[in-house]
Amino acid sequence: MSEMPGETRRMSSLISLDGLTVAHGGNTVLSGVSLSIAAGEIVTVVGPNGSGKSTLLRSVIGAQKPARGTIRRAPGLRIGYVPQKLHIDPTLPLTVRRFLSLPDRVSDTRAAEALEQAGAGNLAARQMSGLSGGQFQRVLLARALLCNPQLLILDEATQGLDQPGSAAFYQRIEKVRQDLGCAVLMVSHELHVVMAASDRVICLNGHVCCEGAPEHVASAPEYRALFGTGTQGALALYRHEHNHSHDHGCAHEHGHGHGKGYPHEAAE
Amino acid sequence: MTLLDDFLIRAALAGIGVALAAAPLGCFVVWRRMAYFGDATAHASILGVALALSFDVSVFAGVLATALAMATTVSALAGRGYAMDTLLGVLAHSSLAFGLVAVSFLQGVRIDLMAYLFGDILAVGRADLAVIWGGAVLVLALLWWRWSALLTATLNPDLAHAAGIDPRREQMVLTIALALVVAVAIKVVGVLLIAAMLLIPAAAARPFAATPERMAVIAGLLGMLAATGGLQLAFVLDTPAGPSIVCLAAGLFAASSLAGLLLQRRRS
Repeated sequence: MSEMPGETRRMSSLISLDGLTVAHGGNTVLSGVSLSIAAGEIVTVVGPNGSGKSTLLRSVIGAQKPARGTIRRAPGLRIGYVPQKLHIDPTLPLTVRRFLSLPDRVSDTRAAEALEQAGAGNLAARQMSGLSGGQFQRVLLARALLCNPQLLILDEATQGLDQPGSAAFYQRIEKVRQDLGCAVLMVSHELHVVMAASDRVICLNGHVCCEGAPEHVASAPEYRALFGTGTQGALALYRHEHNHSHDHGCAHEHGHGHGKGYPHEAAE
Repeated sequence: MTLLDDFLIRAALAGIGVALAAAPLGCFVVWRRMAYFGDATAHASILGVALALSFDVSVFAGVLATALAMATTVSALAGRGYAMDTLLGVLAHSSLAFGLVAVSFLQGVRIDLMAYLFGDILAVGRADLAVIWGGAVLVLALLWWRWSALLTATLNPDLAHAAGIDPRREQMVLTIALALVVAVAIKVVGVLLIAAMLLIPAAAARPFAATPERMAVIAGLLGMLAATGGLQLAFVLDTPAGPSIVCLAAGLFAASSLAGLLLQRRRS
């Protein structure tokens, strides 16, 4: 299925899953998932709700025990993790600066550097509970960057952001990848935005339906069965727009219909 | 050691010891919304008193064992069909009832039930003081050692996993600390009011704290103030000591909430 040449993936894979099967209670959420992530590549996992995307990421960070299969991490692999949602109880006073020192204390210069990289440079003294959705995500990203990760993992990191906000966020991720040279593994609902920023897309629905370069996956019959055909044009559009600067507004005027990416409209 | 001959000095030292141990743990109880959990563990300890007296072992050991058993039972039963507050309500009140019934079976041993329900701080002896301070130091050391990991696990279990911290182990640390505090505090405020010593100083500290550490320190100071001031109040007004301590703590909470509101208004 994959368009990636096999040897590049084996050469320097940071993490590789082999026949991963995960069950919640009696339900098999993932079955026989095999994939690997090479240094420096951006891999996006797409799939309908309940397709096991978050479970896959949680398995990779070690929060979910597999029923069968193996997860192999490169020795000493540094993983930066940006969780899907972080509810901070309002009774817990926490400045952004203090948050960055959890669990391991970091120096002020290192904290400032990470905040700058994540585009949250002026937020250090703010309370976590007082941040907007976009600011909060950037702070989470900054925290994930502290360990100088070889692999950055994002679970629906743009949930709750508007479309320009999430487009800007993904552009930042790409910038971070360029600066740090880390690989990125992320999950998203926002097919067009995400696919435009990826080197490789994995289409998941309990198992790996198809994977490869974004253009390849978008035209794969398995993908179309899940998401419809609407994203192809939008993908091209975002790719195009991507080469320009930050003016995300223009994408909206083309009216490509954001709704087409959702599974319930997939019937052809 | 003539100083310790004075029962009021011993009582004050006992109150300070309990306040010091309860404050930082109480912060976690507040942040993790474990108030009912603390209550259930404390209520179960009356059963521990009954068991300890009937098997002729130390009350401290009996209370510690039942509190631990209760806390692990709750953790094990959590997420198996009943909402947490229902489960805790059932366990807290039924263990209190079983404890009271068990105490009534104790023939020959005259025990002053009120002393265990509401504490008997004025009767604290040197051996009690040693147990209280030993337990308090143990709790503080435990929390100091695990502080960062505990905070991370409190924020988000997946975040903890990604940082190589097992959130279940941190939960266990809190459970042990809670059992210790209950065992230590039973002589001072009694099973019915232990949760108050955990919650009220921590809640009263919230408006004045910008970081978790500061909240714990302020809670400790407020707890000590409540313990010593409440004792004095009881002496002057000839009221029961344990409840007087909690009354003063509640007064501090009311004042701090008011001050918090005023602070907020001035800021906005």
